[in-house]
Amino acid sequence: MAVKVVDRSPLNFWEKTYMPQVLGGLKITLDNMLRPKVTLQYPEERPTIPDNYRGVPTLVRDPNGREKCVSCQLCEFVCPPKAIRITPGDIDDSDENAHVEKRPKDFEINMLRCIYCGMCQEVCPEEAIFLQDIYSVSGYSREELVYHKAKLYELGGTLPDQHYKWDRKKEAEEKVAAGGHH
Amino acid sequence: MADSETNLVTINIDGNEHSVPNGMNLVDACESVGVEIPHYCYHPKLSVAGNCRMCLVEMGMPMRDRATGEPVLDDDGVQKIGWMPKPAIACASKTMPGLHLKTKSDLTKECREGVMEFLLVNHPLDCPICDQAGECRLQEFATDYGRGFSRYVEEKNVKPKRTKLGPRVTLDDERCILCSRCVRFCDEIDENPVLGFTERGSYNTLTCFPGTQLDSNYSLNTVDLCPVGALTSTDFRFKMRVWFLKPTPSICTESSAGVNTEVWSREGVIYRITPRRNDLVNDTWMADTGRALYHQVEAENRMKSFRVDGNRASIGEATQRVRELMSVGPVAYVGSGQMSVEEQWMLRKLAEVEPGAVHFVYHQGEGDDRLISKDKTPNLRGGLLTGLLKTLPETHLHALRDQLEKGEVKTIVCFGEDLVKAGIGPDLLKKANIIYLGSHRNDTTDIARVLIPTLTVFERSGSFVNQQFRLQKFAQCVPGPAGLLPTTALLARIISEIKGDAYTAPSNPMLWREMGLAIEQFAGVEFAKIPATGLELDSSAFAQLPFVEEKGWHYEPAAEPAGAESSAH
Repeated sequence: MAVKVVDRSPLNFWEKTYMPQVLGGLKITLDNMLRPKVTLQYPEERPTIPDNYRGVPTLVRDPNGREKCVSCQLCEFVCPPKAIRITPGDIDDSDENAHVEKRPKDFEINMLRCIYCGMCQEVCPEEAIFLQDIYSVSGYSREELVYHKAKLYELGGTLPDQHYKWDRKKEAEEKVAAGGHH
Repeated sequence: MADSETNLVTINIDGNEHSVPNGMNLVDACESVGVEIPHYCYHPKLSVAGNCRMCLVEMGMPMRDRATGEPVLDDDGVQKIGWMPKPAIACASKTMPGLHLKTKSDLTKECREGVMEFLLVNHPLDCPICDQAGECRLQEFATDYGRGFSRYVEEKNVKPKRTKLGPRVTLDDERCILCSRCVRFCDEIDENPVLGFTERGSYNTLTCFPGTQLDSNYSLNTVDLCPVGALTSTDFRFKMRVWFLKPTPSICTESSAGVNTEVWSREGVIYRITPRRNDLVNDTWMADTGRALYHQVEAENRMKSFRVDGNRASIGEATQRVRELMSVGPVAYVGSGQMSVEEQWMLRKLAEVEPGAVHFVYHQGEGDDRLISKDKTPNLRGGLLTGLLKTLPETHLHALRDQLEKGEVKTIVCFGEDLVKAGIGPDLLKKANIIYLGSHRNDTTDIARVLIPTLTVFERSGSFVNQQFRLQKFAQCVPGPAGLLPTTALLARIISEIKGDAYTAPSNPMLWREMGLAIEQFAGVEFAKIPATGLELDSSAFAQLPFVEEKGWHYEPAAEPAGAESSAH
């Protein structure tokens, strides 16, 4: 190995007193005292979350209140830490969303396993799962941190829909039933 | 078949010469040499309809002069190829000497893109809720041969979804691509023509004829046939996506036909059973009743713990009690055609250590002259081959009952056979010591002194000998309940308990090495090398036995069937 000789010239008088360094440090402190505050008094004060933030994965409803997940299980398939577990189920014919035919009987996300990678959101063909702005997850037991369907919908709320795919499908069905062109 | 195998011809696919049987269907011939020709309506076991047009390829033959018959040569002295001006469908063409194909040319590609575009025009965007997703030919070919984008902006067709065609089949008409495989199956194979198309053009709809429904016992084969998600199994509908499921080769235990199956499971739970192609046994079909057999795994009356005199016990306590009871007095064994060949061999070894007569029950029921035979056990012939049976058993156990009445038998070791149903009254049974090895509770288990839970066919591996004397392997699909052992291991443990020597669980290959030496018909058979399509054994020693099976799809009875004396119970 090549040897590199480091220059260690002797300290001069001012350097030996340490005063320039001490005063320089005090200047930084004083400068920052006069600047506006950036510290937040968490948890009373909360930061603004950017739109592309990847927080807790949640399930969302469309503006008509229909649950968007159809339990296609693609998120379960793609999930790298296998945090998602879906029990598929069908929709009863008497239900107003019978034309969608399928929805999850249960939807579990194990928050102890989730790595917030956002793959589930990316893969979802129904735009039903979103990593929104929730970043603080806590609980008293492991069971409590396995989020089930009700909790996931509660966290997700309603997001705007661009397609209304299933509503359009229902409209087309009704049009045909009424004798219109199909 | 033998003729066409020896009669090979050379065809040229995309510039490569391949040797294939003469007169073989082109789709199959290409598949046999590893060239895929996409197709929807063609099925090797059904007639050719040629309506999907997906298998369009360019074809040509070496050119000959029409007048003289002399080969037409090009400038280099090579025979010219006369390409047909338009593409032709491969499924309606057969191999012939010198045939040339272009499966990757621009024209072929354009044809496929065009066909895919037309098929997808009215196909709903149902993939997220469609059970076929993951094994859908439309999905596969759309990615492999499709254009990749849609130019269609008009409204898609609306057709009935969720039509119940029969008790087990649900139809989604919007997804149907009108390939007519199901129609041809019902017509040609099931010989129960109930399906047909009504309406015309884009209104074309698959329906049952008025007053009929798709209720044949072979109706679920239409679901397997369907290249898209139009026909779905009501049992499997919306249960699990297929990409999570792992297929395991197995054998149907419904009857002695020995239908080859694939059992689809995820994380130890079975979701469905489908037929596995074996052209010598079941082609690509199976009965609906056999597909429901997996429900026994999680049945209410499943035995999951060892019991001695009604109390839970360890396996050690149970085998110890078995030894005690077997030394009480004369022992009789009741074997079963549900046991695998390996288990029957272990039973024979037990019967040599602790001598006793081996009884079987001949389970006879209705056959359908197709894939369900009149013998309701999968492995009665294994009992004959392993030497447990010298002749065909009775349909009841009256001989054993008489011996019990006379006090000639004190202990019965029973393998999954309901003795009460087999004709021995409960009061009489209570006088005997019954050791019961079985997977489910029944009237006999209430009386038994020792209960030893066993594994179902889905939880163990082994082999069965079907009605054709074809030895067929089945593999373990799912793990059994905690603490349960295969019957071969249980029997080995009982034998070592009686002998007082060290216990080792036997493996199937080990047992087959023993059987290969001891049994003439099994000579040279290695467990690992039993082919997926089975191994036909020498049945000449049993040719005179009056088996009950009647003619089926791939079975001709050797002797006169003893149908007259069959008494189902």
